[in-house]
Amino acid sequence: MFYSIDLTVAWAFLLAFSVFVYVVLDGFDLGIGILYPFFRKKEDRDIMMNSVAPVWDGNETWLVLGGGGLFAAFPLAYAVIMPAVYPAIIAMLLALIFRGVAFEYRWRATSRLSKRAWDAAFIGGSVTAALAQGIILGAFLQGIEVEGRAYAGGWWDWLTPFSVLCGLAVVVGYAFLGACWLNMKLEGEIQHRVRIMARAFFVATLAGIIAVSVATPFLGAGYAARWFGWPQIALTAPVPLLIGGIALLLARSLFAHGRDIWPFLLALALFALCFLGLGVSIWPLAIPQEITIWEAAAPAKSQLFMFVGAIVLVPIILAYTGYAYWVFRGKLDPEKGYH
Amino acid sequence: MDTFLGFDAVMLARMQFGFTVAFHFIFPAFSIGLASFLAVLNGLYLWRKNEAYLRLFKYWLKIFAITFAMGVVSGITMSYQFGTNWSVFSDIAGPVIGPLMAYEVLTAFFLEAGFLGIMIFGRDKVGPGLHMFACLMVAVGTAISATWILSVNSWMQTPQGFAIAENGQFVPEDWWAIIFNPSFPYRLAHTLTAAYLTTAFIVGGVGAWHLIRGHGENPGVRTMFSMAMWMATIVAPMQIFLGDMHGLNTLEHQPAKVMAMEGHFDSHPEGAPLYLFGIPDQEAQELKYAIGIPKLSSLILKHHLDAPLAGLDTIPREDQPPVAIVFWSFRIMVGLGFAMMGVGLWSLWARFRGRLYEAGWLHRAALVMGPSGLVAVIAGWITTEVGRQPYVVYGALRTAEAHSPLGASAVGTSLIAFVVIYFVVFGAGVAYILKLMHHAPALGERGVRVEPGPIRTSGITPDRQMRESGHDIAPETS
Ligand code: HDD
Ligand code: HEM
Ligand code: HEM
Repeated sequence: MFYSIDLTVAWAFLLAFSVFVYVVLDGFDLGIGILYPFFRKKEDRDIMMNSVAPVWDGNETWLVLGGGGLFAAFPLAYAVIMPAVYPAIIAMLLALIFRGVAFEYRWRATSRLSKRAWDAAFIGGSVTAALAQGIILGAFLQGIEVEGRAYAGGWWDWLTPFSVLCGLAVVVGYAFLGACWLNMKLEGEIQHRVRIMARAFFVATLAGIIAVSVATPFLGAGYAARWFGWPQIALTAPVPLLIGGIALLLARSLFAHGRDIWPFLLALALFALCFLGLGVSIWPLAIPQEITIWEAAAPAKSQLFMFVGAIVLVPIILAYTGYAYWVFRGKLDPEKGYH
Repeated sequence: MDTFLGFDAVMLARMQFGFTVAFHFIFPAFSIGLASFLAVLNGLYLWRKNEAYLRLFKYWLKIFAITFAMGVVSGITMSYQFGTNWSVFSDIAGPVIGPLMAYEVLTAFFLEAGFLGIMIFGRDKVGPGLHMFACLMVAVGTAISATWILSVNSWMQTPQGFAIAENGQFVPEDWWAIIFNPSFPYRLAHTLTAAYLTTAFIVGGVGAWHLIRGHGENPGVRTMFSMAMWMATIVAPMQIFLGDMHGLNTLEHQPAKVMAMEGHFDSHPEGAPLYLFGIPDQEAQELKYAIGIPKLSSLILKHHLDAPLAGLDTIPREDQPPVAIVFWSFRIMVGLGFAMMGVGLWSLWARFRGRLYEAGWLHRAALVMGPSGLVAVIAGWITTEVGRQPYVVYGALRTAEAHSPLGASAVGTSLIAFVVIYFVVFGAGVAYILKLMHHAPALGERGVRVEPGPIRTSGITPDRQMRESGHDIAPETS
């Protein structure tokens, strides 16, 4: 029995890890689509897209691992969450289709009009996907109604002011990540503009984090107790403090000058801390207020079979993914691009 | 009952699954074969140092990039569809098939995605050896992906190695038995071969098109037509053989499916005919206007002319699959299989007469057969999946009991959204691919993407730059 409990916890961490990797990686390339409207010149847009073209597919694969892992390790949670946020999931999938094909179609479009159209698909797809992901997060946090082994709520339960707030926070957060990425990858005049944008979205992201953090304890008694109860507060208090510290460092690296890589790395740290904060709120639930991870867990045999593979394969994946990033490292040379 | 345009939620969910997966599979069927073809071309170029291979590599790489992107985005939809529309199925079967699909992600999707960027953009950055390695990894990744997903699908067709828990979930007992379930080896061999054939006929069709248009001197065109026709000659007969083996396996494990494929409503105690044509009437439980060859079905399925074959009269009405769909889709697939073999043999004959590049009618036939692989693949899957009905996990879970607690309007609305968006988005992709195919592989064929262009400081005027990059695909036919 003990070993099955441990496996379930291990899977919860592994899934949290892949969702986090997804959020930061696809976060910055969705962010580029969100920033597109602020750059109207074709050359700017070309180089922005080229900065992620070799890696976006790998980034998105973490979403497949997140969904597939949830299906495999916590099938009950998967079976309850998906119908509960049905329209938002469908919207996200369709949005990802538009933004994914835009990477290829944009270069094939010959007329001005069709190029414009795929730019619009890229923007619309990125914004919608980010918004939908935030809304799904919000809907999850605010709780899902369950009866027996199935979703029992209504079709619009997911849509509340809180979930929309989360959606907006994710959109600005991704835009911020995207701007930090571009700040690292580009140079010259466009980098200057990207940096200004990064500052604006930094402020907006902080506002989003604060708003969501303030609203969360009001969703239900569970959250407040988790954060402010004694003795947990000794463990939870450092999270907001650390977020504050990282925010100060970020402000310095964005407003003063330093190496171009810092804002991006610090932004990753900021996201990691927010993610940790979410973990504090949710742990150990698979469906807030209703089902714990142990109740939702697949049989130990299923979890063990996958775990053996995951322990071996995830480091290998991280190694060759890291290698791919390494190959395309450094500033993008606008004279050359990628061939 | 809650309906949308006259359909209930289960029917709509089935339509949605069938539509999205059939659309998805069009792209893997082509990209599995194309990934291997590209690896071979790149290898030949490195080995023989013949420029024609590099030219072809770059030519097909552009098409591959678009196909692959369409495969990825349509696939992501699939992996979430189990939860959205089939949540009961996910809850019950998740412990068994979930891990297999997770392995697919870990061993295949990451591999493909991780090396795709290097394959497409990295030739000058990593050197020829590593670039070749990346091409191989992408090709291997597509095959691994097919292996896992086909294991999943095969388990749903011929489930074994599991027990049923108190809460109704299927609990794995023996992973070896689950992965290597009885229909898996046949389905894997038959589907991978199908992907190679699909690609061979598309490549051959494009080659034929340029030969017809008078590019017979273009070495790229000659090479691709010749390579494709070798594939057709060798692989099409193999596929027919594998299909036959697969059918025998199905007869053993899902006899009702074979009865539907063959149109056998009645049992034939002393030798069953092979019906070539007929109109299945499931209400009346008979095959109308049947034209058949006596005893041939028994010969194919039992290797004996007089062997008895049971018919659908031994299967209760509520356990029968929809016969007409299975009957017709099976005939389309088999008919195309034989037509492919015909083209292969014809090309062999032309080759021996030294007229492979001049044989006008062969080229026309190859052109017409260009998309035949895609049609056969879809027809094959329809045979397989509809023939499995009324079960989603054969014998263990009925389709009607597996769907999500969703209203018909929710499923119907999303179905319409999928149909509209798929036709627009993938229609545009297919149009771009056809446009790329329309020009012959040129000398100094360009890579996937031209330079983003100097930003501002450059001496080149933006105007010229715009023209150049905008016309990346502009044919340099000569
Ligand atoms: C015989 C092969 C085969 C079959 C039957 C399927 N697929 Fe597939 N799939 C592939 C072969 C493939 C592939 C060739 O490996 C693709 C095409 C492009 C790619 O990235 O991999 C792919 C892509 C692909 C992706 C995107 C992977 C990525 O992000 O790189 C997902 C999530 C799925 N598939 C999931 C599914 C599901 C849930 C299926 C069935 C219900 C399915 N596929 C049927
Ligand atoms: C890739 C090629 C495939 C095609 C073209 C295809 C086609 C179809 C079709 C036409 C249906 C509807 C059947 C009906 O009318 O009743 C269907 C249903 C279904 N298929 Fe497939 N299928 C494919 C692969 C797969 C795979 C790999 C899996 C499993 C992982 C799968 C699982 C299902 C499920 C769960 C349903 C819904 C239940 C049902 O109606 O049977 N399919 N598919
Ligand atoms: C005369 C030749 C052929 C025969 C006898 C044949 C036989 C079969 C049979 C019996 C099935 C159903 C398996 C089941 O019940 O599960 C099947 C499925 C299928 N066929 Fe064929 N086939 C032939 C040609 C082709 C060709 C030319 C292609 C594609 C290029 C193809 C692609 C497929 C696919 C993708 C499936 C579904 C996957 C599977 O279950 O294997 N087949 N075939």
